[in-house]
Amino acid sequence: MIPFTYVRPKDTADAVALGTREPASRFLGGGTNLVDLMKMGVEHPAHLIDVTRLPLAAIERTADGIRIGAMTRNTEVAAHPLVVGRYPLLSHALLSGASPQIRNMATTSGNLLQRTRCFYFYDPSYKECNKRVPGSGCAALNGYNRIHAILGASERCIATYPGDMAVALTALDARVIVQGAQPERTIPINTFYRLPGETPHIENDLKAGELITALEIPQPPANSRSQYIKVRDRNSFAFALVSVAAIVAFGENNRIAEARIALGGVAHKPWRVPAAEQALHGREANEDTFRETADAIVRGAKSYRYNGFKVELARRTIVRALLAASETN
Amino acid sequence: MGATAAALTISGITVEMAAAAVAATVHCSLTINGDLHDLDLEPRVTLLDLLRERLYLTGTKKGCDHGQCGACTVLINGTRVNSCLALAVTQDGNQITTIEGLAANGNLHPMQAAFIERDGFQCGFCTSGQICSAVAMLDEWKRGMPSAVTTHGAAADFSDAEIRERMAGNICRCGAYPNIVAAVRDVHQGSGAQ
Repeated sequence: MIPFTYVRPKDTADAVALGTREPASRFLGGGTNLVDLMKMGVEHPAHLIDVTRLPLAAIERTADGIRIGAMTRNTEVAAHPLVVGRYPLLSHALLSGASPQIRNMATTSGNLLQRTRCFYFYDPSYKECNKRVPGSGCAALNGYNRIHAILGASERCIATYPGDMAVALTALDARVIVQGAQPERTIPINTFYRLPGETPHIENDLKAGELITALEIPQPPANSRSQYIKVRDRNSFAFALVSVAAIVAFGENNRIAEARIALGGVAHKPWRVPAAEQALHGREANEDTFRETADAIVRGAKSYRYNGFKVELARRTIVRALLAASETN
Repeated sequence: MGATAAALTISGITVEMAAAAVAATVHCSLTINGDLHDLDLEPRVTLLDLLRERLYLTGTKKGCDHGQCGACTVLINGTRVNSCLALAVTQDGNQITTIEGLAANGNLHPMQAAFIERDGFQCGFCTSGQICSAVAMLDEWKRGMPSAVTTHGAAADFSDAEIRERMAGNICRCGAYPNIVAAVRDVHQGSGAQ
């Protein structure tokens, strides 16, 4: 690692002031991704601003749901009674990710901001990566692209967002609370993440110096059940090839009143298709119906040399997750 | 202290700005296996490198150095972490326990004894991390921590699947897993935890 300075700001305002003042700085959470990327030479901040001791680690009820402080650790969130009881989808997604050691370190905001596991992004010996070096090309496009995106990618970048927590949060319509030089603002998680387009190095809606302070999650729909299914190369401690967070709410005559389906491992951000969800309103929960939903979600998928399997895998995982969420009703 | 090129003060706090090639050191106090250490540390030093290269506590192993193998697992305030991903300066004020700190009064920790009894290793390189991880894992189990295997709210069974999931952060390239699972189970049963 190249040398950098280290500071522990005394409060959020100090952290934001430092981050705004020093463009070459990074906020440090648990370090499970950032420190690794610094070792790899992908990230090379001149200054690290350690925000882990800021008083942002509470989990509390709000008028319409819960608020999770940005510095809560993944383990703590996954085990918190409010989360286990009211948001089992979130708990399960968190417990599906990484290892116990990493979950003990990782913060909520750091988890949100984890970067892609694209092999070519992670290894600077590859010259082509528009995410690392804008304009340099994309080595994955014609490389070993087995883990790469099938939805929403561009010719500039076919990397995927690798996390689990954000997939559940996307299904839960969570909001990201950020503090910058301007007053606090709230960003719906679905617009927080960006698609690669022409600028894959810009991954989210944060402005320079802005610090995530909390997440807010509204109550899930009434009479709803949920399911998180993660498919990966080994049974634990691996990133998703495809994951699905499904929430299904039932109304009169056991017809579907609301459905939300978010996919991980297939795009540059957790992926939802609102039209496919809306088409489930008033329908019966069964395999045929859910196959139609799955077809609608992956319609327009574009695969590359090694990741064609993901299209069918996504379809089947969607059906499985929706059936499982319905069975527990 | 290392060379300091400039200082920047914002809202009453001072940041030492490093010269291009030399980072300012940061003063830290860490308690490691019960001993207090006052240290001036370069920010880029990981907890793992501090333990091994400066304090010569070489029981903690460097496997992958990227948080993927678990050989570097230590306990911070009783919680298991990958010491390769923790910058030592971030641990100021914390209590660190390494494999060297588990035995008490000349007696092996029950988990160490169980690994020997069950032959829970072959080459031994992952063993320090496996043992530290397993000690913390049993503590998490007693405190009712959920896992991806445990159904929420159900009275969970301490099954082999449960042990394997909870130990997934520790890779054993020799494949001593069956004996590691047996050792962990022995300690769990011996400790009377349910």
